[in-house]
Amino acid sequence: MLDTAKRKALLRQMILVRAFEEKLEDLYQRKAMFGSTHSYRGQEAIAVGVCSALQPTDLIASYHRGTGHLIAKGADLYRLLCECMGKADGYSKGRGGKMHMGDMAFGFLGNTGTVGGTVPTATGAALAAKVRGSKEVVVSFFGDGAANQGVVHESMNLAGLWKLPVIYVCENNQYAMTVSFEKSVAIKHLSERGAAYGFEGKTIDGNDVEAVYEATEQAAAKGRSGGGATFLECVTYRWDGHFGGDPGTGYRPKEEIEAWKQKCPIKRLKENLIRQGQLTEQEFEKMSAEIYAQLGEVAQRAEAAPLPKKEVDLNSVYATAEVADG
Amino acid sequence: MANSPAEAQGSVKEMRMQEALRETLRYEMARDGRVFVMGEDVALFGGAYGVTRGLLQEFGEGRVLDTPISESALIGLAVGAAINGMRPVVEIQFSDLLPLAMDQLASHAARYHYMTGGRINVPMVVRNKFATRPGGGPSHSSCNHGAFIHFPGLKIIMPTTPADAKGLLLSAIRDPNPVLCFESHYLYGIRGPVPEDDYTVPIGVAAVRRAGKDLTIVTCGGMVLKADAAADALKEKGIDIEIVDLRSLAPLDKETILGSVAKTRRAIVLDEGPMIGGISAEIAAMIQENLFADLKGPVVRIAAQPIPPPHSPPLVDAMIPDVGQIIDAVMRLAEGGKIS
Repeated sequence: MLDTAKRKALLRQMILVRAFEEKLEDLYQRKAMFGSTHSYRGQEAIAVGVCSALQPTDLIASYHRGTGHLIAKGADLYRLLCECMGKADGYSKGRGGKMHMGDMAFGFLGNTGTVGGTVPTATGAALAAKVRGSKEVVVSFFGDGAANQGVVHESMNLAGLWKLPVIYVCENNQYAMTVSFEKSVAIKHLSERGAAYGFEGKTIDGNDVEAVYEATEQAAAKGRSGGGATFLECVTYRWDGHFGGDPGTGYRPKEEIEAWKQKCPIKRLKENLIRQGQLTEQEFEKMSAEIYAQLGEVAQRAEAAPLPKKEVDLNSVYATAEVADG
Repeated sequence: MANSPAEAQGSVKEMRMQEALRETLRYEMARDGRVFVMGEDVALFGGAYGVTRGLLQEFGEGRVLDTPISESALIGLAVGAAINGMRPVVEIQFSDLLPLAMDQLASHAARYHYMTGGRINVPMVVRNKFATRPGGGPSHSSCNHGAFIHFPGLKIIMPTTPADAKGLLLSAIRDPNPVLCFESHYLYGIRGPVPEDDYTVPIGVAAVRRAGKDLTIVTCGGMVLKADAAADALKEKGIDIEIVDLRSLAPLDKETILGSVAKTRRAIVLDEGPMIGGISAEIAAMIQENLFADLKGPVVRIAAQPIPPPHSPPLVDAMIPDVGQIIDAVMRLAEGGKIS
């Protein structure tokens, strides 16, 4: 079992990821944000469990529901919020929005809005590690919807063939926008697909942050020592709709949503810690209040930050320097 | 930086374009450990056109990777490898197969740099063979190069001579951006002098292949040969043609194109790709927008008919521009513009 300090750190990170989603929702409702949100509430254990088990030199690629991954990997909250709000101080200077960022300074290969589109990016980064002989492991985050894209299958086949150090973290939240998992695939567990590509596939409880952490730690150790790829299907549920304007109730029974809310990953770890005498309710409230307060301050700064100037910068399309520097 | 082998320093060797491309890959792989090659049949077989022959033996299977048939993932993996510090060179056997990887090219490779605020670079090269030719048919002989100018962030090169093949490919591998290299089926076997040393041709700079005073033909790839044949025939009629070979489709060398037409005041844009919405449309518009008052006649486009590339020789001949068509177009412009 993980030690108390580590477990509390996981709890803190999950609260932060959730607080960030709630802040985005608040900004969206107040029309302080452009585009839409893709709430990660309910899935926090996956981003936090996975990223906490990685080394700083390890890499991740993300997708449209990706703010949680970035926070867990160490993104700067101010820059991240600014990007969501289209501000000049954002990670992408307001050019990308929440679905299009990337910064190798914290091991983030990028995210895009094409479902499944960054699975080859992650796989290719792992190929680079193999060709070069470096030791980084790469995590490819994607959802159950992306699992059915052609390029995802092609990439996994190559990862199996070349024994690439990549961990495919499939967040099965059971709905691809509005279409249910059962209406999308004929198999019970997406992890069965690992066998088709020649690597291990596991289905784990995606709401159990410690289980996610441990599975990732094992997969990373295997990848680092030349053992190749792992398919980790993390079963979870998104509490909210697909995007900001979707209440998420038109295609999902209310009872189902409520039942999954009872399986809240934060509540689960908190109650375990309290039961085991490692945390008090008071301590939890204090921790939570601090995180929300800290995020509130960052959000105030981000809201006050300026938008980019109205201009077309033709020199920004092509890279001119050998190393990207923003 | 040298623009033609004549300007290059050091020794020159006569070779075909395939060999020039191969020598360039060898040269840069030996110099830069980040460069690696992958594609269908590139290792053991040496590539469908022999371009990568011998690389496996010299650099080993760690850097020369035979792959399954997965164009989309190949280009997608190259993107990831490039972001993570490598310099992948992918071979795609036919330009017709690029659309399989369109999302990875158009929405990923091309956009990562801009959309991350410049934090991410994607230094990669995708080589592919193209040309509309008899027997190729609808899925193996497309000229779709023009489609890719719609995606800012991609660079596009199209070498015509063996020397340019070396110079442009070397620039492409060293470029911090994704570069698509279109290699014409019609030009692979043609021999020419190639500098043996570190020879680069800058991307985005066209070449004046033939100097003339009466009319400019702006063209690229295999069509340069047809333009040249037409220019020889027209010389006998006393008409002096200038040929501008684009060499790079993105970025376009506006300066050289407009400079030539400003001098000759008559222009034909000749392309093997589709006329509608193609590179010829872009260049014709650019010329008339900038030089309308100087022109002695309309900017004429000669390009492929709007049909899928067919299989049978007469059907192919009817689809793509031929020398007679070029001569006829020049004569019509010459009469209207009174070339004496």
